[in-house]
Amino acid sequence: MPEQSSPEKIPVTVLTGYLGAGKTTLLNRILSEPHGKRYAVIVNEFGEIGIDNDLVVGADEEVFEMNNGCICCTVRGDLVRILDGLMRRKGKFDAIIVETTGLADPAPVAQTFFIDENVERKTKLDAVVTVADAKWLNERLKDAPEAKNQIAFADVILINKTDLVSPDELSDVEARIRGINPYAKLHKTQRAKVPLDAVLGRNAFDLDRILDLEPDFLGDDHDHHHHHDHDHGHHHDHDHDHAHSHSHGGLKHYHDEDMQSIALHTNKPLDPDKFFPWVQDLVQKEGPSILRCKGILAFKDDDQRFVFQGVHMILDGDHQRPWKDGEKRDSRIVFIGRNLPGKMITEGFESCIAKA
Amino acid sequence: MAPSGSDTVSVVERTRPIAIGTGIVGAHFLGRTAAFVLGEEAIVLAPPDGEARRIAAHDGAILATAAGDSRVVTAGDDGKIVATDADGASSILARDPKQRWIDHVALGPDGVVAWSAGKTAFVQAKELREFEAPSTVGGLAFFPKGLRLAIAHYNGATLWFPNAAGAAPEKLEWKGSHLGATVSPDGRFLVTTMQEPMLHGWRVADRQHMRMSGYAARVMSLSWSAGGHWLATAGASQLVLWPFQGKDGPMGKTPRLLTPSGHRVDIVACHPGTDVVAAGYDNGLLLLARIEDGAEILAKKPGDAPVTALAWSGDGRLLAWGTENGEGGIVNVG
Repeated sequence: MPEQSSPEKIPVTVLTGYLGAGKTTLLNRILSEPHGKRYAVIVNEFGEIGIDNDLVVGADEEVFEMNNGCICCTVRGDLVRILDGLMRRKGKFDAIIVETTGLADPAPVAQTFFIDENVERKTKLDAVVTVADAKWLNERLKDAPEAKNQIAFADVILINKTDLVSPDELSDVEARIRGINPYAKLHKTQRAKVPLDAVLGRNAFDLDRILDLEPDFLGDDHDHHHHHDHDHGHHHDHDHDHAHSHSHGGLKHYHDEDMQSIALHTNKPLDPDKFFPWVQDLVQKEGPSILRCKGILAFKDDDQRFVFQGVHMILDGDHQRPWKDGEKRDSRIVFIGRNLPGKMITEGFESCIAKA
Repeated sequence: MAPSGSDTVSVVERTRPIAIGTGIVGAHFLGRTAAFVLGEEAIVLAPPDGEARRIAAHDGAILATAAGDSRVVTAGDDGKIVATDADGASSILARDPKQRWIDHVALGPDGVVAWSAGKTAFVQAKELREFEAPSTVGGLAFFPKGLRLAIAHYNGATLWFPNAAGAAPEKLEWKGSHLGATVSPDGRFLVTTMQEPMLHGWRVADRQHMRMSGYAARVMSLSWSAGGHWLATAGASQLVLWPFQGKDGPMGKTPRLLTPSGHRVDIVACHPGTDVVAAGYDNGLLLLARIEDGAEILAKKPGDAPVTALAWSGDGRLLAWGTENGEGGIVNVG
């Protein structure tokens, strides 16, 4: 890809959430706070609640398959068109917010930023923010695959309307979410009241910002496929700025029937000649089931930390920085997806360990 | 590598710079007056012997532009289609009743105007006609004769005869999202640009498919050579020319590749009289290439921003260019 001396890319935040969860409340809150920023807002054309903003564009959520035989390679055709049009007015706003309908799958929106070169050149996906209804999410997780996708895909999740549930119910819904996506930043809100920096400017898709791959719960690091060691030294500059002070001691654990995360870890260096063919083959074959993946990798005879992330079949990776002195050269990968073949993935990953 | 040394012929010194300041999305010539279409609100007219001046056209972004001999037609996110002539007189040709974005505009024979807003394509002939495409319209192109419009959309294109009441639109199918359309000057071929970095073509007579691939990026610019023998295309790190001389078009043939460079060609414009192509790069370089032997002439040195607009005057003596950050120029090629 040619180097471009282009100005800063415009960040794009995607708001998802099932019908009635509070997306529009969050959107109006973002727009009305005195932040001095100007936003262009892309809303579903058929939305009913008014948005008070200068630049509002109606979208029609056209999901287009790419002509490459892969059913998970989809883009939002309307976004390609709208972003191109908006970028002609790029001096008029600082960031873009895309509000999706309650039934939308976030993947085509996200993939648009990786597949369309013209979009990728001028804008960057900042984060997928999902608003969940504390009272109804559990029901929706049972009957609406879209709701589960939105939770699994999210970088930031707001459990909204916490005033409508008891502490036990809240704890239960949190555990349900964690059973699907232990990595998203979680915020408990009423009327979608959340500090703006918790949802905007997250750089969640920025390779440079992949710092650690720890589940986002303090003192509760249980998951199925790896054991943690907490003596590694690279998670200190992560911004744990949200109110997470209450105890998680009583948090239940749920194993979601069809959506899981798989975390892989090794402290032995990986062989890049084995790893890349393996991971590419994996996402080719399992791409439709893998919603998101992220990794920090230590390769044999390589003094640079390698980071990657992906959405379905699309992988994006690069050397990030030199390993620091004394930093543990561990490799970690996280997959979030539907009915993932855990044993096969784990064995495949282990086969990528370099021969000593 | 792109030429920059002293051995390359250059016409850079024959450039009249036109400082514009905001991104340029299109260029046209109305006679010898250059018209630079800005990304927002206005057109800058640069007459051959007078100051360039700014003509207001839209209240927001200008999303599409087309030109005939006497007027530039622009479409905006304000829902308006505006015509501007070389004297700076402008008129509103149409206004979307719902103030939707007008995404595309095309000019046909006898100055007929077509445009689209979302899924709906319109043609203003004697009456206003509309056609509802199966998905958002990706591009519009008139056939050279008769009133026939090609409409690109998801999974193919539709050929529509707006004046033929009762004639069913013809569907040309090909999976994927088709984002731009052009019809060969002889009307035998329709070519679309796709969401994937490739082109698709149909021979209109028998709907024979043509796949043209190998690009690095989505193809955003196409131009037919004088006489229609070649289709010049952007989207690769060289100028890609598909041969359309034979009855089969480019089927089974390889494209001619000119002006190899470490940068990507973003925009192309064929000379109106001879087989020469202007190729603008994403690093601001502008080269003229002769199709026959690939000989190159430097027309603009690399700069801060991609070349985003190119146009030849009808006599082929002037070449107007514009960049994404608002530099413009008119090269007197002679």
